[in-house]
Amino acid sequence: MNRSFRWLTGMSVGTLVFLYGPILVILIFSFNASKISATWEGGTLHWYGQLAGDHSLWLATSNSLLVGTVSTLVALVLGLGAAVFLERGRVLGQPLIEGILLLPLVIPEVMLGVALLLFFVMLDWPLGLTTVTAGHCVFNLPLVIMVLRARLRKIDPVWELAARDLGASPWQAFVHVTFPLLRPAMLGAGLMAFTLSLDDFVVTFFTTGPGATTLPLKVFSMMRTGITPEINALSAILVTVSMLLIGISLAFQRK
Amino acid sequence: MNAVKKFSPIANQSILQKCWLVVWMLSLFVMLVGCGPSGESSSIGDISQDTSTKKLYYFTWSDYVDQDLLDGFEAQTGIKVVVDTFSSNEELLAKVQSGATGYDVIVPSDFMVSILAQQRLLAKLDHERLPNYQFIEPFLTQLPFDPQQEYSVPYLWGTVGVGYDSAVVEETPTSWNVLWDKQYKGRISMLNDQREVFGMALRSLGYSLNSQDPLRIEEAKQKLMAQKSLVKTYTSEIFDHLLVSGDIVLAHAWGGPIARAMKERPSIKYVVPQEGGTIWTDCLAVLATSPRKAMALEFMNYLIDTQVAQATSERLLFASANRLVKDRVAASVRNNPAVYPTEEVIARMEWMVDAGEAMRYYDRAWTELKVH
Amino acid sequence: MTVSSLRQPSLLLLPTLLVLGVFFCIPLLLMFVVSFASRGLYGGLEWVFTVENYQRLADPLYWTIYGRSLFLAVTTTVVCLIIGFPLAYVMARSSPRMQTLLLVLVMIPFWTNFLVRTYAWMFLLRTEGLFNSLFLHVGILDAPLDLLYTNGAVFIGLVYGYLPFMILPLYVALERISPSLEEAAHDLYAGSVSVFRHVVIPLAKPGIVAGCILVFIPSIGAFITPHLLGGGQSMMLGTLIQHEFLVVRDWPFGSAISFLLMLLVLVVGVPLFKGRRLWGS
Repeated sequence: MNRSFRWLTGMSVGTLVFLYGPILVILIFSFNASKISATWEGGTLHWYGQLAGDHSLWLATSNSLLVGTVSTLVALVLGLGAAVFLERGRVLGQPLIEGILLLPLVIPEVMLGVALLLFFVMLDWPLGLTTVTAGHCVFNLPLVIMVLRARLRKIDPVWELAARDLGASPWQAFVHVTFPLLRPAMLGAGLMAFTLSLDDFVVTFFTTGPGATTLPLKVFSMMRTGITPEINALSAILVTVSMLLIGISLAFQRK
Repeated sequence: MNAVKKFSPIANQSILQKCWLVVWMLSLFVMLVGCGPSGESSSIGDISQDTSTKKLYYFTWSDYVDQDLLDGFEAQTGIKVVVDTFSSNEELLAKVQSGATGYDVIVPSDFMVSILAQQRLLAKLDHERLPNYQFIEPFLTQLPFDPQQEYSVPYLWGTVGVGYDSAVVEETPTSWNVLWDKQYKGRISMLNDQREVFGMALRSLGYSLNSQDPLRIEEAKQKLMAQKSLVKTYTSEIFDHLLVSGDIVLAHAWGGPIARAMKERPSIKYVVPQEGGTIWTDCLAVLATSPRKAMALEFMNYLIDTQVAQATSERLLFASANRLVKDRVAASVRNNPAVYPTEEVIARMEWMVDAGEAMRYYDRAWTELKVH
Repeated sequence: MTVSSLRQPSLLLLPTLLVLGVFFCIPLLLMFVVSFASRGLYGGLEWVFTVENYQRLADPLYWTIYGRSLFLAVTTTVVCLIIGFPLAYVMARSSPRMQTLLLVLVMIPFWTNFLVRTYAWMFLLRTEGLFNSLFLHVGILDAPLDLLYTNGAVFIGLVYGYLPFMILPLYVALERISPSLEEAAHDLYAGSVSVFRHVVIPLAKPGIVAGCILVFIPSIGAFITPHLLGGGQSMMLGTLIQHEFLVVRDWPFGSAISFLLMLLVLVVGVPLFKGRRLWGS
């Protein structure tokens, strides 16, 4: 048992090296003074400076944050109601509705992207941040509903019943009993939805329009025109941001 | 249970419903407000009423972006230029057809101007606002793609040829068939542009690059399929980087990026094969849906201004359509065949025109080549 | 009880159904209709109905793409499973402190931008990237290898990109298996391999299935990875769809391909998904 566990541990370390190696390499080379070659030519923060001066990058970042915030809020507000209803209520055609709620997460993103593009084109709806946000709501909403439903299932209806027995209205029961129990799940779901939106490339790629570049799109267009250390620097920043987000979500879970 | 009955379910549910209604409307409101004019973000409504914050949306080739020149325009006029890029005419057409109608100034190539004009996607230009138009080379304004010069202003022009590393490819290439040479397997790149790739293959077979004959297009396709295993990648954007880094030694290329690559690696050279190829001009045009046509024209006039055009040519290393520029640029630029082709080369070249009905054959052949 | 109080087709569900109905169901239905239309000369649509687009899908020319997409998706899933399982197991059997640490370590790539993770391999595999420089330096190679813009590069990119999607569900499932079961098997003189085969893996099946679904579906519809790492040489279904929509502007054909992709996904995904009921969410 111990020997095989050692094998497994060895393989696990290998997997971790595989996962982190490439990221660390990019990070290191973001400080490389040489623009092209893979040989180390001295450390510098030059590329980070270049990024800071890139206006289109700031615009892309603010676009990403805006789209992320709006689509997450919409997903949370609408998703909460839907999750509560589906877990505590009954409606005709529930399996069908559940299918529709699951489908956006299952179908390949390319398909969602082109379907939305086609939809907007046929409606003569100009592409821009609004169309991008609409697309993000489509995959965020089911995600939030799924997470909240899972949490609701674990909340014994007994508590709500008890509150009702004590004279509370359904609304009061919800606000004072269920909602507080759901809060951490809502934060978790919100954080996931926000990250998913920030990270999204494919759906955004198809539904974007003039001046509506988001961060991933900007990174992609930088990559299309060549491999430069600025991309390395940007990658390093994005990895750090992920680490921060995870830190925040862990902190919330501890509460 | 009696206590529950005290609170009428209907009344309670009204409250519940009302609350959700309020919340729902709030979120819609947030969505609309969030997408409204705010800081530097933009949306539909924002773009169409954006004349106050003075922004112009410019959709151009990724090779043509020079931030300093755009900043110069902003300094002169206070109009900020927001740039998006593309790397093929088909991409431009697809984007414009898909409703990315917020762009003001776009940069289609010659043949694409006629396609866009036909589809009524371009605005007619008010030449009174383009005083610098008089400096455009006559041979560019007299081309058949925009006979009355109603829709476009030639901006930059050049040729398509072969960029190569003379340290590895020691003999100067004389034919397009050098791109089929097996000894350079895996070190060849082709443009990611269906008309250019097929045009080149057609010329290498001795046909016109505007051929509408499906049999000839098929023949070109077969030849290209045979080449595919030798090609490292199809790219219109990074072949200069790949040449400099040594990833490739032969590139199907337009001149400008090769001229830039020459600066970083002097052994890189540019040649137009004997069979001849595309001579092209990329033109400035205004989208018919643009709500800022006056600003667009101002910007276009700025780009073809002699001083600006000279700076453009010297920085981007493309030949300017402004005829005064040639005598003013540095000799190294003027004499660089990748930038300004010689008369002898021009005589061998062919202008690309809209393939009309044959577009279907090209589109399908291009897909089949890519899928192969 | 709360059930009866919410019997009304409540405003709770309506907004969600509205948003998804308008921005999801209708676009998909629209795309289905368009897949039977014809394209205009320069792109766009002509409402001339035909099944030609679906017939074209049967053309042997496209079988390479289907084959490649399926092959890459399946091998990616299998390799992710093989690489991911040991780590998931070790995570599940570690001390709580270690578990949290390892979980964080796995989550970081999971939450890092996918483009960045794909770029990492562009950086490493190019001709003067790290691998080639290293091999040349050490003397294993005389000339740099063509690592980038190959099927292999796409494969590595896919495995790297979706590995965390496999590890997490595996970990969740493995964590639930009580170690005492394995100990009991050992007490009965079963060898380590047998323990694995007969105890661990069957009990971990729900997690394995979940992980496979989470890796297979994005892999078969992959777009970013083949686009950036494939160099126009390894077209997959995802890049073909983009090609049809944004390059050759053949929307009807692109729509037909999308539905084929969806069919492939459902054909593989649904049976696996039904098996998920054994696990419960």
